Amino acid sequence: MQIYLPIAEVSVNIFLLIGLGGVVGILSGMFGVGGGFLITPLLFFIGIPPAVAVATGANQIVASSFSGVLAHFRRRTVDLRMGFVLLIGGLIGAAFGVQVFNILKALGQVDLLVQLSYVVFLGIIGTLMLIESLNAIRKSKRPPAPRAKRGSRPWIQKLPFKMRFRTSGLYISAIPPLIVGLAVGVLAAIMGVGGGFIMVPAMIYILGMPTKVVVGTSLFQIIFVTAFTTILHATTNYTVDMPLALVLIVGGVIGAQFGTQMGLRLKAEQLRILLALLVIVVCGKLALDLLLQPAEPYSVSVVGASQ
Amino acid sequence: MIRFVIALLLLTSAAARAEEVVAALSQNRVSITANFDGSEILVFGAIKYERPPEQIEPLDVIITLSGPEQRVVVRRKQKVAGIWINTRAVEVDQAPSFYAISTTRALNDILAATEDLRHKISIPRAIRSVGAPSNVANSAAFTKALIRIREANKLYKLQEYETVLFDGTLFRTNFSLPSNLVEGIYTTRIFLTRNKRVVGTYKTFINVRKVGFERWIYNLARRQPLIYGIMSIMIAIAAGWTASAFFRYLRS
Repeated sequence: MQIYLPIAEVSVNIFLLIGLGGVVGILSGMFGVGGGFLITPLLFFIGIPPAVAVATGANQIVASSFSGVLAHFRRRTVDLRMGFVLLIGGLIGAAFGVQVFNILKALGQVDLLVQLSYVVFLGIIGTLMLIESLNAIRKSKRPPAPRAKRGSRPWIQKLPFKMRFRTSGLYISAIPPLIVGLAVGVLAAIMGVGGGFIMVPAMIYILGMPTKVVVGTSLFQIIFVTAFTTILHATTNYTVDMPLALVLIVGGVIGAQFGTQMGLRLKAEQLRILLALLVIVVCGKLALDLLLQPAEPYSVSVVGASQ
Repeated sequence: MIRFVIALLLLTSAAARAEEVVAALSQNRVSITANFDGSEILVFGAIKYERPPEQIEPLDVIITLSGPEQRVVVRRKQKVAGIWINTRAVEVDQAPSFYAISTTRALNDILAATEDLRHKISIPRAIRSVGAPSNVANSAAFTKALIRIREANKLYKLQEYETVLFDGTLFRTNFSLPSNLVEGIYTTRIFLTRNKRVVGTYKTFINVRKVGFERWIYNLARRQPLIYGIMSIMIAIAAGWTASAFFRYLRS
């Protein structure tokens, strides 16, 4: 069954869209990532114009994150206090990132910048996570090994404005979470994603938060950042396709429910390895696009109606 | 204008051979609804002769269907420091969003190059590119690439031998419009040719528009973007909430 999308101006199979939303929803619930780094390239692939894919992807992430965060609230795995600190940084960063994006757009080559930042960030994060979680599993198999000390890094302890984050069991300065939120906000605006795949590792490795809390807290922050992005796209570029978002959401919210359940059954280390592998696969695909000779070196983009 | 041309043709017909085209389309408007999945347009018509057709040389028919004109940028990727990036760009001032030609015989056999240039009939002639930047040596390659890409996407089509002409008087052809249509006025042109020269023309229009829900959403997004954006978020949150409540209910 085909559905015509009024903003994207293409007709696509409705079940394909629901399935796509569902797969991304499962990943979103499992890992606490919004799934923007997956849904946007997937929408390109089925023929949705890139601008519409980015904007509508953001709208879809609002729904799947909201559904996911409710499940985490019930399990008390959301650190609200940490979430708000990250959010303040995130909104400032997103507003700044949109400005950077527009400047680069005027200079041209914005596509290249987006692709390169995907490859660089996904590559670094995926590799680091994979190494660290493989080490963690190796250590847990040798019972007498000394327990790895989780917690804040020494330099973080020296910073002022300390706050107590009870849910995370941390007593650290508010500055590192603010900076993490800010950096993620900038990248999120430039790359057109929620930023969970950057924030989740940052929360684990920089802030030293426990993995179980990280997922819910990042989802909490992502809702607001992606909602903000959706409004920005809707008012400046008119590229949010509501029917497309709705169909993706139907698949996504169902997927997110299953994903959250699956995530709770897996061990934290296994979860991290899976996320690391996923990130590396997406990174590899994007890197190949940049490195291999394209079958069609030319591309066409419509500027507007001619007089 | 057409009436004037026809009148002129009729006036001169006493001495010269003159033919007139009468044509119609299966539909003059295409409505884009939620389940729109492309459309078929049937173009049919007749040639009116001043004298019995047996006594004069046979005619050929060329029918074109073109979508609204667009300005497009064609970019080319080149390898720079190991990665493929866009290096050169050429702007094409006028390219139809959709273009199909249906003919009775091979286009080259029934249309002279000068006539093609005058009436802008073939695909390369339908595209207008003037302002190629001076730093791009081979701008023709960019226009060729535009045609190649749009032909691959079934937006540009040359349908030779697909116009059927019965008894030299009645003709018909089919165009299939793809599902990724751009809204606007589509133009149908019919050309009669003899000895590679255009001897008669006819022009009519098809209005392609979004209707109903599709129209409403599109207008809201354009005219009330803030309300539209907030609505999109509200729908997203409501859907997330409903799904969460529903699944909790299922489990309990």
